[in-house]
Amino acid sequence: MAAQLKPGQGPLDYGNRLWLKVLFAAIFFALYMPIITLVAFSFNTDKRGIVWRGFTLENYTKAWNNVSLQEALINSLVIALLATILATIIGTLVALLLWRFRFPMKGAYEGFMALPIVIPEICMGVALLMFFVNTGMMNAVVNLPWPLNLSNIVIAHVSFCFPFVAVVVRSRLVGFNRQLEEASKDLGASEWQTFWSIIVPYMKPGLIAGALLAFTLSLDDFVITFFTSGPETVTFPVKVYSLVRRGVSPEINAASTVLIVITVIATVIAMKLQAPEKSGKG
Amino acid sequence: MTEPIVSIRNVSKKFAGGVIAVDNISFDIDQNEFFALLGPSGCGKTTLLRMISGLETPTSGQIMIGGEDMALTPPNKRPTNMVFQSYAVFPHMTVEQNVAYGLKVTGVAPDEIKRRVAEGLEMVKLTHLAERRPDQMSGGQRQRVALARALVKRPKVLLLDEPLSALDAKLRDDMRMELTRLQETVGITFIIVTHDQDEALSMASRIAVMEKGAVQQIATPVELYEHPKNRFVADFIGKVNLIDATVTGQKGKAITCDAKGLGKVELTSASQVGSAIAIAVRPEKLKIGKTEPKSDRILKLQGKVRDVAYYGDTSHVVIEGKDGLDLSVNVQNESREGGSGVERGQKVWVHWAPEDSIVLTE
Repeated sequence: MAAQLKPGQGPLDYGNRLWLKVLFAAIFFALYMPIITLVAFSFNTDKRGIVWRGFTLENYTKAWNNVSLQEALINSLVIALLATILATIIGTLVALLLWRFRFPMKGAYEGFMALPIVIPEICMGVALLMFFVNTGMMNAVVNLPWPLNLSNIVIAHVSFCFPFVAVVVRSRLVGFNRQLEEASKDLGASEWQTFWSIIVPYMKPGLIAGALLAFTLSLDDFVITFFTSGPETVTFPVKVYSLVRRGVSPEINAASTVLIVITVIATVIAMKLQAPEKSGKG
Repeated sequence: MTEPIVSIRNVSKKFAGGVIAVDNISFDIDQNEFFALLGPSGCGKTTLLRMISGLETPTSGQIMIGGEDMALTPPNKRPTNMVFQSYAVFPHMTVEQNVAYGLKVTGVAPDEIKRRVAEGLEMVKLTHLAERRPDQMSGGQRQRVALARALVKRPKVLLLDEPLSALDAKLRDDMRMELTRLQETVGITFIIVTHDQDEALSMASRIAVMEKGAVQQIATPVELYEHPKNRFVADFIGKVNLIDATVTGQKGKAITCDAKGLGKVELTSASQVGSAIAIAVRPEKLKIGKTEPKSDRILKLQGKVRDVAYYGDTSHVVIEGKDGLDLSVNVQNESREGGSGVERGQKVWVHWAPEDSIVLTE
């Protein structure tokens, strides 16, 4: 008769081994502890934010009343929103182009399109700075009224966000059954009607995922923004950086927590929008 | 006689890379026909269907539908609708929305859409599933959606691309009857593409047998089966025994020929002396006897039973004759005793009436 195995003793029962559980816990700790600490210390009464002294919401009101921080956050959100919309449109068009048509040098174009994904951010930042300075846009934009003075940053963000959207949407399109498109036309729909009622709904999960990616990339971008923003315009990551140089204050913790909450809410909304599309495949 | 609904004139299709999918085909399809394009895969039948629908453009030639040249008409403006092999049911729409789609995009009034969608769903017996999404349905049900979606458009011609190939055997039989019934009730011309000869024979009123981009024969199912024009058709439609022979003499309509494994036989044909022919005979026309049949008029040979396959209603017997001639014989298992009544290794006589032989010259 076979011996009774205890949990974790079976040859394939890795999930119940102690060492795996410990490793698992350690990884989780390393990944999430910093974030949890950040959020927890945003409620700390201690001015330096190093020792826990008691619960307060004061940091949030202080952060809220900090005009320059407020301005930076609004700038960041506006830039992220505009960059997301533009990058999603351009990225989707590029994906459709690459999926639908055959043309000379297509492979080369596809490679160049994805370049911003692999180019070091610092190079991208310098390149964009030189572009803006040489075209005179750097000086021209500074004097424009808000939000037009953010144009350079939006352009810079679109240029590194759209390839991400294109890649995500393209990979979604690979699974598209071309017979759906043919069926639509056969049933009397024009190209335009087919695009909006068959292809766009099919791309939707890819569009949402791509847009979300673009939004978060834009929202927390530091390097490229740092290079392309004028002296007057400050975004949230740039502002946080300048504040941190004078020491970490719980105020920054509070503002960062707000940012985390915004991103989480955006993700949840995006996932909700995607939910009815469970079927996925054509 | 009424004007043909679809008229194909010298149509060819050459794909990039030089592959000729359809090679100078011409034929007419009449109003209310159930027409089948039958052939092995790669014979150009689907390409021809797609050219009729407008999804593919002919390299040369003319396609007329309802008397009008379709050369410059895009697929969305043609009076044809197609049921795709993959069904191509829109995954993000309910059954009802799928069926309504074709009417909606062409601007049919909302209450008219409602009425016709209800009618269409009724026709394919899917009314109870109107709110379902395609991913919650079986293959057979999805196919009905594709059918209803095409039929509510009231096309002049309904095109079906291998409609039964993805269904299991039981469903296929049901759907076959369903399609025949539908064609009779709606009175629309159906053109079906299939590689399955049973499908074509049992449903179609006329069949075009295609091979390598060309039409081999267009005829009714009975005509195709009993009077095939050439070896390809005889072999592709049903099972057949092909016996090579050479014509040695001719007198009026009667010929004498030297056939492999049979020797000298007399048949009716207009073939030239010296030409190579094939004698084709269907397995169910052959009889097996234990003793030599008396009559001289019949074709006969002695052989050894090499294989017996029992299929319940019939047994398929393979008999090994002289000169490497093998004959397949289908025996009806009429009594409950012992099936075909012959066993492997047994010496038997095979015979058939000369009028059951088809003389093929091509």
